[in-house]
Amino acid sequence: MATKASRSAARLMMAPAVILLLGWMLVPLVMTLWFSFRTYLPLRGGDQGFAGFDNYVRFVTSSAFWPAIGATLTIVLGALIITIVLGVLLALLLDQPMWGQGIVRILVIAPFFVMPTVSGLVWKNMFLDSVNGLFAQVARMFGATPVEWIIDQPFASLILIVSWQWLPFATLILLTAIQSLDREQLEAAEMDGATAWKRFWHIILPHLSRAITVVLLIETIFLLSIFAEIKMTTAGAFGTKTLTYLIYQRVLESQNIGLGSAGGVYAIILANIVAIFLMRIVGKNLDR
Amino acid sequence: MARSISQRRKTINTVLAWSLGLLIFFPILWTILTSFKTEGDAIAYPPKFLFFDWTLENYAIVQERSNYMRYLWNSVIIAGGSTLLGILVAVPAAWSMAFVPSRRTKDILMWMLSTKMLPAVGVLYPIYLLFIKLGLLDTRTGLVIVLMLINLPIIVWMLYTYFKEIPAEILEAARMDGAGLKDEILHVLTPMAIPGIASTILLNFILAWNEAFWTLNLTAAQAGTLTAFIASYSSPEGLFYAKLSAASTMAIAPILILGWFSQKQLVRGLTFGAVK
Amino acid sequence: MKMTLRALLGASVSLALAGGVMAETITIATVNNGDMIRMQGYTDDFTAKTGHTVEWVTLEENVLRERVTTDITTKGGQFDIMTIGMYETPIWGKNGWLVPLNDLSADYDAADILPAMAGGLSYDGTLYAAPFYGESSMVMYRTDLMQKAGLTMPEAPTWAFIREAAAKMTDRANDINGICLRGKAGWGEGGAFITAMSNSFGARWFDENWKPTFDSEAWANTVNFFKGMMDESGPAGYATNGFNENLSLFQQGKCGMWIDATVAASFVTNPADSTVADRVGFALAPDNGLGKRSNWLWAWALAIPAGTQKEAAAKQFIEWATSKDYIELVAAKEGWANVPPGARTSLYQNPEYQKVPFAKMTLDSILSADPTQPTVDPVPYVGIQFAAIPEFAGIATDVSQEFSNAYAGQQTVEEALAKAQALATEAMEAAGY
Repeated sequence: MATKASRSAARLMMAPAVILLLGWMLVPLVMTLWFSFRTYLPLRGGDQGFAGFDNYVRFVTSSAFWPAIGATLTIVLGALIITIVLGVLLALLLDQPMWGQGIVRILVIAPFFVMPTVSGLVWKNMFLDSVNGLFAQVARMFGATPVEWIIDQPFASLILIVSWQWLPFATLILLTAIQSLDREQLEAAEMDGATAWKRFWHIILPHLSRAITVVLLIETIFLLSIFAEIKMTTAGAFGTKTLTYLIYQRVLESQNIGLGSAGGVYAIILANIVAIFLMRIVGKNLDR
Repeated sequence: MARSISQRRKTINTVLAWSLGLLIFFPILWTILTSFKTEGDAIAYPPKFLFFDWTLENYAIVQERSNYMRYLWNSVIIAGGSTLLGILVAVPAAWSMAFVPSRRTKDILMWMLSTKMLPAVGVLYPIYLLFIKLGLLDTRTGLVIVLMLINLPIIVWMLYTYFKEIPAEILEAARMDGAGLKDEILHVLTPMAIPGIASTILLNFILAWNEAFWTLNLTAAQAGTLTAFIASYSSPEGLFYAKLSAASTMAIAPILILGWFSQKQLVRGLTFGAVK
Repeated sequence: MKMTLRALLGASVSLALAGGVMAETITIATVNNGDMIRMQGYTDDFTAKTGHTVEWVTLEENVLRERVTTDITTKGGQFDIMTIGMYETPIWGKNGWLVPLNDLSADYDAADILPAMAGGLSYDGTLYAAPFYGESSMVMYRTDLMQKAGLTMPEAPTWAFIREAAAKMTDRANDINGICLRGKAGWGEGGAFITAMSNSFGARWFDENWKPTFDSEAWANTVNFFKGMMDESGPAGYATNGFNENLSLFQQGKCGMWIDATVAASFVTNPADSTVADRVGFALAPDNGLGKRSNWLWAWALAIPAGTQKEAAAKQFIEWATSKDYIELVAAKEGWANVPPGARTSLYQNPEYQKVPFAKMTLDSILSADPTQPTVDPVPYVGIQFAAIPEFAGIATDVSQEFSNAYAGQQTVEEALAKAQALATEAMEAAGY
């Protein structure tokens, strides 16, 4: 039972966070919106005046736009599916009794601590490179022709790198969830002769649904804006130019702030569509 | 009988888990190993795993070329400062959302998360201009503020979900005893929330440590972090695998060690309300 | 405490300099190339001479470019000296963002700067950046493999010869690729190479009316020739190879020929890094007999952003770093092969430097490049592997991505050129040409 006093105290306590974030959101957002309606070319002397909706039209009609949306969704979905499926399996395994559980857990978490730039560089040069990379060398040891990973499988390569970075996060959250499972319920089911598969499908998976939703939400937020991994591996070639990468090119390579800002507004719209979509699922799951 | 089966299962689990763990860890292990090789050994075919001439030469070269300690110190200050500041702002907000929820609480939470979805590069110019006006360019203060704001939504959310798990009965009991709001927070909630706060701090420290866009674009000579350190090695001339590995190892080692020592904390609190 | 100490130190140094300028700390943004890293090592010499101290911000080429461009366009004032190239200098100079370098001291001997370099780093006859080192591109080849193939490299080869030689030198079983070239996306990587190459095929980026010309036969010939030759004789995955990847391959003895920056000559002939150091020959970049060769011209130069408070100290640094004395300092400590090349005429008249195996070919390559007349047909722009207009970097990055996709076989050369034409036209119209 919240009293009136505690309600107003609560508002007061929420205020700093809300005001700060509101400022952090509104100031750049308003500036982005402003720039997106201007012809703003720093190398041509800056603000060249009102542009109407030119930047918006130009960004969306560019031949690079729809492929960029496609590339973004491919990478985000690919990495989400892999991290969640493998994350569930890994979490199930790590929950089993074994020797050296703590050390294994440390090994599994480690990729989460690696900076995106470093992991992009290391994967590209030391593993995926078709001449000096370890994968190519191992292939050659078995007499096979090395796969040109980044060229022939650009999406697979990127999804591999990104999944490697985010699998630890998914595993950790899912593992915590599994550990809170009611053991007696599982044992009772086993007594009743439920197969391992049935136990997983009817007891464990429903129990994990909340955790999966959380992983889905947090990872999506981060995956939508991945950049360093692409920059370091394909440099935007081979169809891997995502929306974030396209905006980066417009702002920093083309030095067209107006056009880039319009792209930024599109990215916000896309993110919100995804967010609403997610909220439908997440909201339901979180309310339970 | 049952015992021997479980022993066998335990063995299988162990073998399987260790293989997978080593597989996942392998890229990092390989990078660390390569950092101790000569450039020639680093690309030797067939690859050399453990039997090569171990050398510290790459570390010496990297150390000679750049002031590692300054980058490291900046990373510590900026990641630590932004996390602590974030916690200070987020704890009251998360508290009030968890214990005095209103109809809009969930919307506010979602809105907070959505502020994270604006691509950073899209607002580079606005923020850069703002930083010039405020004189915050290349200062640790400026980066502490920016990184705090970037991670604030995650902090609030994490704490909110954690606080929500604290049974309301305990609070009511405290109120019955005549505890004020201050006592309630300081003496009842905080002790219970310590694990959650600890793992929130850890997660955000990691996120801030690895942030590579703002730390690179808003700094010059004074406030550069380890991400800027890495940017000076990302494609040097000539054979570079070993030197790159050494620089990479130096950049990730501190956070890796911290993560390992605190992984129990991290695991315990990293639930995001996923456990009920 | 630290501050007062530094102030005290500064005061004592300026006293020691008796009437000299106040000791300052200047911040310099630079690229992580070998010559610049070496320069950082000699900073103490500069401090000893002038009393000024230096803070270095060393970044990878692309990051550096983004960083300094953001700072100069917003007048952020983070750097007292920026390391920039021939592409940025005329554009920035025109906008009045750089301090003119027309009053350097007599000792500095600005007239000694190679005319091609001074020309590319000036706008309207005023020098805006002083070249630290300059480069063109040339053929580097393995003398032993060339001999084995029964061929002799002419001093000025044609593309037809290069392709034939590449095919003959290729020995896949022994992991030897006849030729290694840049195919990586990015205007400074594969984009620079194919643009310089296209000049020798009679192609150009824009016609006199600023219309992109990727629909021309000359461009189709260029890209088809490149892809054809690389598919025959190039390394696996060449569509992701840039300067560093190729350098690494060449040093490992996996390339018969490599056409790239002249500065690479000192790396491939350095026995410490290169397994083939004693078997490298040099030749001019190839042509097609149309009157233009395929070599580019580039300089990494030091410039002072207008508005810095430390202009005098920054000028002193530039005079130190790009002086004849600095070259001699490096020569005395690390040998003539390691001095920053391609910036000064006097270096190439030095009998000691003439003994360096690649000195003559570097100079000949630089002298044969003319940024003001880069193509067979007339063009409205200046620049060989780029067009010095603000829009170029953005367009060329898009275009080079399409080319890389074609090298990788994900689309045909014709599709790539059609897309390049559309992208370039779109961008040029948007820019109001």
